[in-house]
Amino acid sequence: MTGPVGTQLPGLNPAAGGQMLEVRDLHVEIAARHGIVRAVDGVSLEVASGEALGLVGESGSGKSMTLRAILGVLPPEATVTSGQIVLDGVDLVPLSTSDMNRIRGPKMSMIFQEPMSALNPVMRVGNQIAEGPRVHLGYNKAKAAERALELMRRVGIPDPERRFRAFPHEFSGGMRQRVMIAIALSCDPEIILCDEPTTALDVTIQDQILRLLARLCKESNVSLIFVTHDLPVVAQLCQRIAVMYGGQLVETGDVRDVLLDPRHPYTLGLVRSAPDAELVRESLVPIPGAPPSLVTPPSGCRFHPRCAFVEEDCKVLPTPLRELPGDRSTACLHYERTEEALAAERAGS
Amino acid sequence: MSAISFPEPALATEPVEHAQPRPRRWYRQPALASGVILLAIILFAAIAAPLLTSYDPIKENLGQSLLGPSGHHWLGTDQTGRDTFSRLLYGLRTDLRIAFIAVLFPFCIGTILGSIAGYFGGWVDTVLMRLVDIVVAFPFYVLLIALVFVLGPGESSIYIAITLVGWVSYARIIRGEILVAKRQDYVVAARSGGLSSVRIIARHLLPNVITQAIIYAMSDIVQDILAIVTLGYFGLGVPPPTADLGSMINDGQNFLTTHWQLTTFPGLAVVVVGLSLSLIGDGLADLIRPGQS
Repeated sequence: MTGPVGTQLPGLNPAAGGQMLEVRDLHVEIAARHGIVRAVDGVSLEVASGEALGLVGESGSGKSMTLRAILGVLPPEATVTSGQIVLDGVDLVPLSTSDMNRIRGPKMSMIFQEPMSALNPVMRVGNQIAEGPRVHLGYNKAKAAERALELMRRVGIPDPERRFRAFPHEFSGGMRQRVMIAIALSCDPEIILCDEPTTALDVTIQDQILRLLARLCKESNVSLIFVTHDLPVVAQLCQRIAVMYGGQLVETGDVRDVLLDPRHPYTLGLVRSAPDAELVRESLVPIPGAPPSLVTPPSGCRFHPRCAFVEEDCKVLPTPLRELPGDRSTACLHYERTEEALAAERAGS
Repeated sequence: MSAISFPEPALATEPVEHAQPRPRRWYRQPALASGVILLAIILFAAIAAPLLTSYDPIKENLGQSLLGPSGHHWLGTDQTGRDTFSRLLYGLRTDLRIAFIAVLFPFCIGTILGSIAGYFGGWVDTVLMRLVDIVVAFPFYVLLIALVFVLGPGESSIYIAITLVGWVSYARIIRGEILVAKRQDYVVAARSGGLSSVRIIARHLLPNVITQAIIYAMSDIVQDILAIVTLGYFGLGVPPPTADLGSMINDGQNFLTTHWQLTTFPGLAVVVVGLSLSLIGDGLADLIRPGQS
């Protein structure tokens, strides 16, 4: 049996409490020259306290836009047109910038893909870490510096007293990402949004960073939304997974259920196209075709032009997420076809 | 059931790269080095003027008017018997002081307004940039002389006029730089950290973009010195009897055929000051702009 599901890292607390962050029917539109891009088109997510949610999909599927919308840092040409983002019972969408600034940092923070460009090149890293506590926790300079040193120790930066005064270009990629994590943790947030934080790192460093994240999140009971296109990473770190395609969610559920037993042909395609370290596949199976245009998306199911199991009704009927038994959901009208194909494949091999 | 197995790498012992580019030393830049040395000499001469000459630059001595260069009066005296060398040093002092102060106001105001326009965009940007267009539509010297004429001669008029005319260049430079820089990840990261716009501009954006304005300020000082000398020449500068290079040139030109040193040396002083500042500006630009040796 093949699948990218790896061993779960010890760490994240699977028995999580109530929903801490809830995204309801989020729509994000980008005004572009060739029309309005519906980058996020009716996405609903839930993250419980202490839970890690993996958000996966191809480039341009709206993962990063969803994250940036949650944090309220969309690029100027993008706007949230409808939907709610509820954090601890408060809808964030109508909040002003200054109100959001009391949430960004102490309640939510973000880790970026490129640690080099996400750190200020002309500011000492210690000051960058200490800035959050100074602004949000009201620390004085000495206390904030002390906090920064403690965080640098926690994220495993050697010799923090000396590294405090260094500039980002003096750090390696992995060390920079540790600095980013220290910044994200600096005000004790409840949830950290991770935008492909390991994509720019090589695999051994990747693993170190993932383990670090898992450990730190357990220590401080932080929730994660982890955006990536790397399925093994999701399998390693997350309890739940949400698969995005063309700005919409196509499948959600427990990470093992979804990756081992996909109920959507797109998820199946993703799993098949992911390299597997242990069972070296004879060949990776690519998903044919290209991602859909988000200006004029295909009618019906957005995946239908690329789907192997396409039926006539897929081309016309809307495909909202439907609840399935086992606390999971799929947008596929004919998800049994995926199950059957998978069963046939397993019987054959 | 497949599983991706991972080795157990030691945490927190990753060696840190020291990939610092070889620093480019400022003194290896011939332009910058010669400019700095030249300016240092000029500044020393201006600041140490009371030590270098024993003559009062203002006190008239009609019995000794229009003397030629000699051991007592190195550059001779003017029509009221004042020592030309002394007046030259004190004139440099006045003009340099006014120029360095005058460049600060448009630098600060232009930087602040440019940051606001570039960072916030929208109608603020539109209004500010139309204002810039209006000022830019007039030639620099024409607008400057007109403003000083309206405000009346004197040091404060010079500051006000140079500020009103000069801020636009800084605003344009900083706005353009901020427009590019604000899209960088570190600005999005700063916003994600819940920092206020003022803090993001002051602590994150400006340190990254201010060098361009500083380079421009070097050439702007040259322009300001020329403007101050020009105003002095027209009698719109510092009121007499204070020594000023512009009024010295004007006073001396009546005697150009007989006492050429009265106009030539103040003129040369202006040229040398301008040259040193231009060299520094060019050198700084080379030093700071990447990809150049």
